[in-house]
This record gives sequence, C-alpha cells and structure tokens, in this order.
Amino acid sequence: MTALAALTGHYLRASFGNRFSLVFGAIQPFLYLVLFGPLFDRSGVGSWAVLVPGLLVQLGLTSAGMAGFTIVFDQRFGVLERLRVTPVSRVTLLLGRVLRDSVVLLIQAVLIVVAAWALGLRAPLAGVLAALLLITVLSVGMASLSYAAALTMRQELFAPVMSTVVIPLMLLSGALLPMSLAPAWLDVVSRLTPFRYAVEGLRALFAGSYASSALLWGVVVSLVFAIVGVALGTSRFQRENA
Amino acid sequence: MIHARGLTKTFGPVEAVRGIDLDVSAGEIVGFLGPNGAGKTTTLRMLTTLLRPTSGTATVAGADLFADPAGVRRRIGYVAQGGAFAPFSPVGEELVLQARLYGLTREEARERVTALLAGLDLPGVEERTTVTMSGGQKRRLDIAMGLLHRPELLFLDEPTTGLDPQSRANLWDHVRRLRERDGLTVFLTTHYLEEADALCDRVLIIDHGRIVAGGTPDELKSEHGARTLDDVFLAVTGREPREGAAA
Ligand SMILES: Nc1ncnc2c1ncn2[C@@H]1O[C@H](COP(=O)(O)OP(=O)(O)O)[C@@H](O)[C@H]1O
Ligand SMILES: [Mg+2]
Repeated sequence: MTALAALTGHYLRASFGNRFSLVFGAIQPFLYLVLFGPLFDRSGVGSWAVLVPGLLVQLGLTSAGMAGFTIVFDQRFGVLERLRVTPVSRVTLLLGRVLRDSVVLLIQAVLIVVAAWALGLRAPLAGVLAALLLITVLSVGMASLSYAAALTMRQELFAPVMSTVVIPLMLLSGALLPMSLAPAWLDVVSRLTPFRYAVEGLRALFAGSYASSALLWGVVVSLVFAIVGVALGTSRFQRENA
Repeated sequence: MIHARGLTKTFGPVEAVRGIDLDVSAGEIVGFLGPNGAGKTTTLRMLTTLLRPTSGTATVAGADLFADPAGVRRRIGYVAQGGAFAPFSPVGEELVLQARLYGLTREEARERVTALLAGLDLPGVEERTTVTMSGGQKRRLDIAMGLLHRPELLFLDEPTTGLDPQSRANLWDHVRRLRERDGLTVFLTTHYLEEADALCDRVLIIDHGRIVAGGTPDELKSEHGARTLDDVFLAVTGREPREGAAA
C-alpha cells in the first residue's frame, strides 16, 4: 500500500509538473466539443447529452490509451529495470502508473463536462457523477492495455500504432454519431468493441435512465475490460521474471 | 551468498549462458570478466530476478531464486550496465521513491538519501538531473540507488566502463570502502583487468556463456604462467579483454 501511494504520488507530481501534457492529452475531445459539438447539437441527431458521453470515451482512448508512451522512456533509461528489481509486486508497479493516468483522465473529463455545460449541456448531476466514475473504470483498463502494448511492441512503433488504432476504435464506439444510425454490418462490428457499450452506458447516465439495460451493459463491460487490462498489463510487467 | 548450479539462458537460437556454477561467500569482492557478448549481463540479470533462467537453480542472499524472488530482491542491490536514471527528473526524487519502494517512510528515505549521497561524494545533488553530471558522478548515483535498502549483496554491471582512469580509481575506492565498512559482498563485471586484479578477491572468466577460468588473481596468473590478468584472459579466451568493448 505504501509502495502504491509512493508510486502514484511520484507519477502525479511528475504529471502536474508538466501541465502542457495534461491539456494536450485532452486536446482531441476538446476540439470535437468546440468545433463539432455546436453542429451536432443542431443536426437533429441528438443534443449535447448524446455527444459528451462519446467525447468522454474518446478521451479515454486518446488520454489513457497513450499512457504507455511514458513507459517507453522508463524502459530506455533503465528506470523500469530498477523498479522491477525491488520487492514491490508487479501489479503494484503497474497500478502506480494506472492510478495516475486515471486521476489525470478524471480531471480532463471534469474539464470537458464543465466546458460542455457552458456550451449548453444539461444532464442530471447524479448521472454525470456516475458517468465520471464509469469512465475512470474504463480508463484503468485502457491505460493498462496501453502499458501492455508498450512493453510488447518495438519502442519506436508504439506511438504510431496506438494513435492509429484508437481511430477505428473511437469511430466504432459510436462516440461521434449514435450507432443506431449505422447499417447492419457496421452495427455488428461495433458490438465487438467494448467502447460501444461504454458509450451507450454513459449516454444512459446522462439521460437519467439508471435502470436501463444499456447502463448495465456499460458497467459490466467496463469492469471486465478493466480487469482484463490489469491482468494483461501485470503479466507484461512480470515477463521474464524469475 | 550466491550459489548457482547449471544456470542457462537461451534467447531463441542464441545460447547466451550455457551452464554456469557459481559460489560467492559473504564479504567477497568477485570480478566476473569476459569479452563482450560472453553472457555477463545475462547472468547478472538472472541472479537479480530480472530474467528467468532457461534452466538451473540458484540461491541468492539466502533466498531461492525461483521460490522466493521477492526475498532475493529485498536483500540485493543491482546497478545495471546502462544506469537507472531518466535524464529529466531530479535525482533526489527518484532516490526517495526507490527507497520508499523498499519500505522506508518518506523521512527515513530522505535521511538515507542525504547520507548516502554524502558518503559517495555527491552532497546536495538532489535537485539536479543527470544531464548536468559527469560520467563518474552518474555511476556513483547509480550505486547510491543500489544501496538505499542496505543490501547484503551488490551486483555491479560494468560500473566504470566509459570513465576516465581517475574516476575509475575513485569508484573502486568507494567499492572497497563499502566492503570494509559494511561487509558488503560485491559481484561485479569489468573490462579493466588490472583494476580487477587490484580490487577483487577472486575473479571468474566467462566466455561464450561458460566459465573458463576462476580463482584468485594470483592463482590464475601462476596457473597460466602469466604476468598479468590480461595475459591470463588472452590465454583462456584467445581475445583481448577490451576487444569490441563499448568505449
Ligand atoms: N534480450 C535479449 N535477446 C536476445 N539476445 C540477447 C538478449 N540479451 C542478450 N542477448 C545475447 O546474449 C549474449 C550475451 O549477452 P550479454 O549477457 O549482454 O553479454 P555481456 O554482458 O557479457 O557483454 C549476446 O550474444 C547477446 O546478443
Ligand atoms: Mg554486459
């Protein structure tokens, strides 16, 4: 526990020391919010309460999804090896980073919701708070998988591969336009990605439909995603250990 | 302190280590010598739990490598060949973090870091990053990182490679002092055989993943009728000790 707190605190201090990266990680959803949101709001497809949940998932993909980038440097400079030679459990080594990423994401998500509110978003407060919790759970899985990917692929491939992979995942989630508009084949493909369920669960929360099956699926899939992500991430930290 | 039997490691088709037996007693300084690519780093990474041996057994600092890797990790320090500091973070923060990972409180960690840095002739560098430091200073910092938790056994992988002769001599003096003062056991690799001769109680020479000679420097020299360890090295490996070495 001390080790986890020490690690998370250390990484958080580093992140807050570099505010640029805090903002930069949220730049994509922010641009969509400001430059696409007003259009979406008038399109007749849906209101801000439909778009913002999608942008939160986009944030999860871009912010937590690129988390692994930091470990590339730690690996190169021997920092990772030095952490791995301590008696700290491998899951703690992973979670120290992931918790930082989740806190960063939560802050970014709050900023997006506040900005959206200024632009005209209206949603029940309880639903929004629950949505922030749900997106945090999703980000645990996303950041863990990002580390797993960074520890698996060649260092120089990580940034280009990940920034490319998140685009189809984001489009398939229905983050920008609800998948109810999709042709059947696209709808089917979309259902194979976990983010589809997260987006729909978040939309249910923003709509105040707390008893919907969309919310149930969103919660279940996000939890499973987080557990699988942490398990995979830990196994990559463990790799080659005695 | 170290007892290893039949350690091997293969990376795909590469047999990096091909069956190594090792015994190191408490308080010894043992030099692990060999040409580039001989398998020194691979052996150290196995003994420090960073790499799973393909086969073999080992107890390190009293703990079984396979059954109790966390026990090994608690009792050893490891200074990797490439260092342990990223260039963009103040070194004091990194050292305090590392100390806390070994269970020290923040205050204990700070005190320990201050004392260690002073003892290694690096007083007051906490706020600096490694970018502004010399090679010798960086290597001593790496050693500080390995000593935070007062390990019984310290692994040093090429601690002086790339340093000028004066910094090398200075670093070896620190290693000697650690052994004398704290009874630290040291297992180190180096390309500088003259220095190994002066420093080490015993040396082992590894080539192509196998130990090809071992004993006290004097034993090895008389055994091979050689005047220096360099000559012994040439006799058993057929190569110069610094052939192909990184500068
Ligand atoms: N992770 C790895 N993957 C593949 N081959 C490796 C790896 N690490 C080391 N090797 C190979 O194993 C051999 C021994 O390397 P190493 O232990 O680093 O030698 P030394 O430290 O004595 O110079 C070399 O042929 C090296 O290329
Ligand atoms: Mg080496």
